[in-house]
Amino acid sequence: MAKITKANSVGEWLDQRLNTTTFNKVMMTEYWIPKDINFLWAMGVLLATTFGILLISGIFLLMYYKPDVNLAFDSVNYTIMQEVAYGWLFRHMHGVAASVVFLIIYIHMFTGIYYGSYKQGREMIWISGMLLFVTFSAEGFSGYMLPWGQMSYWAAMVITNLFGGVPVIGDALVVWIRGDFNVADATLTRFFMLHVFLLPLVIMALIAFHFYTLRIPHVNNQTSEEFDFDAEAEKYLSGNKKESKVIPFWPIFISKDLAVLGIFLIFYFYLVFFHYNFAMDPVNFDPADNMVTPAHIYPEWYFLWSYEVLRGFFFDIAGVKAFDIGLAAFGFANIIFVILPWLDRDTKILPAHKRPAFFIWFWILMVDLIILTIWGKLPPTGNNAWVGFFAATAFILLFVLLPIVTKIDAKKRGE
Amino acid sequence: MSNETNRRDFLGYTFAAVAAVGGAASLVGMKQAWDPLPSVLAGGFTTIELSGIKAGEPETFTWRGKPIFVLKKTAEMENNKRDLVIGEDRFTVAIGLCTHLGCIPAWKKTKWKCACHGGEFNPSAEQVFGPPPRPLDLPPFSVKGTQIVLGEEGPEYKKIAAAMKNA
Repeated sequence: MAKITKANSVGEWLDQRLNTTTFNKVMMTEYWIPKDINFLWAMGVLLATTFGILLISGIFLLMYYKPDVNLAFDSVNYTIMQEVAYGWLFRHMHGVAASVVFLIIYIHMFTGIYYGSYKQGREMIWISGMLLFVTFSAEGFSGYMLPWGQMSYWAAMVITNLFGGVPVIGDALVVWIRGDFNVADATLTRFFMLHVFLLPLVIMALIAFHFYTLRIPHVNNQTSEEFDFDAEAEKYLSGNKKESKVIPFWPIFISKDLAVLGIFLIFYFYLVFFHYNFAMDPVNFDPADNMVTPAHIYPEWYFLWSYEVLRGFFFDIAGVKAFDIGLAAFGFANIIFVILPWLDRDTKILPAHKRPAFFIWFWILMVDLIILTIWGKLPPTGNNAWVGFFAATAFILLFVLLPIVTKIDAKKRGE
Repeated sequence: MSNETNRRDFLGYTFAAVAAVGGAASLVGMKQAWDPLPSVLAGGFTTIELSGIKAGEPETFTWRGKPIFVLKKTAEMENNKRDLVIGEDRFTVAIGLCTHLGCIPAWKKTKWKCACHGGEFNPSAEQVFGPPPRPLDLPPFSVKGTQIVLGEEGPEYKKIAAAMKNA
């Protein structure tokens, strides 16, 4: 046992037993952050906060929600919204945060792509981040099902049907996932379990892992400059703060994060109180009906781009069924970002504005994703179907071309 | 056995074997817990009376929670290998879920149109536009006079299913 002596303060008492001083150093006061980073690097703290809001508001909703096809709709739309004190607030905080969390994830992700933060040495940060994105997607989808409105039901129908595309066992797999021939009570209760327990648990573990992956390669910076964190930390600790390129996370860097967080929370609560319905589809205020499909169904805004890639291929090509092409393209869209570190053939880590060809590639990708998102919500008929087809094809081509694009930049610099 | 294998290795192998058997048994149990319940599988049969259906106006019935389209064809509608012929009448019987991703198509004058991804099916339930990869599925049924019982595989069903497979 460690040497335990009489403590003069609560802090000292805990330090002797839990080594809190060292813990604080490693996690906070001697966790080094480059000085040269902008507000886009605050997205991590924003995400952690938003996840906290989701967790707490979710706990309050959980106390009144009933995972039963006959009770679910009213437990949300009557009990929580009308009867529970501030139930409406918890629901809107949960619903808006679920939507906003994806906005921040996308900003976080594309900041990483722009500054090359997924490259050599930081692959694990990128991969753990993409795993988080996938798990958040599953979490968002399973939560969308729970109010058991028309959109909930048909979203579940479409998503579970996707597994029918798996060769040989597809049809049986769909029945197995649903626990019924149709989306039914068994489906609701198991997705409820996933949403409130298993997936949040996985997300929390992944968040811890994502933070850990940052420890060794450290955070990137605006110029993607490589420097010796230990040497810079040494300078800082010896009092040479001006020359040192790093600052401690706590209490120096966190002040900038908290400033950005303050602005974000103003925006977030503005949405919660004045525009909460942007995240709520009116169709979902009709109770689920397995015999009537709504005239026009589409997912929440954050899935529209991949949804449009899925349905963009609406005709058979060279004897391959449109359905299979769409499914393959959808699979492609969902895994391609994970292997980004290996598609980028440029040997240097540089921000996009210092890589001319990649810079163009990046902004074409942004425009293409926005087009996919907009057209994902429009009816897939006539010209819309063709816009979807070309935008989906462009998306795939962009990633096929990425190794060439990044090689061109390296060559131009004479490497 | 070679001389390098000692008692500790044996303990290791034994532990690995016990863990493997336990792990496999757990997976089987977990898989089966997710299987549909017996009450769901017993799903039941649905009887549909065909005599009251008007030509050219499809009706929708429910079987195992799924919509079933029954269309009595008009004289102008083409003959098809999947027509169920009862006396003078020809019927299309199909599971009313788009074979793309499972939305329910709606009848628009001469065809079923799916709002989700624009798939279209003709009166014989064949896909004519959009992403659906195959015609609307044929539910198993048997014929009893002017009634059909969904959930049973009668000779008429087998004949139509075989004809569809060979196409």
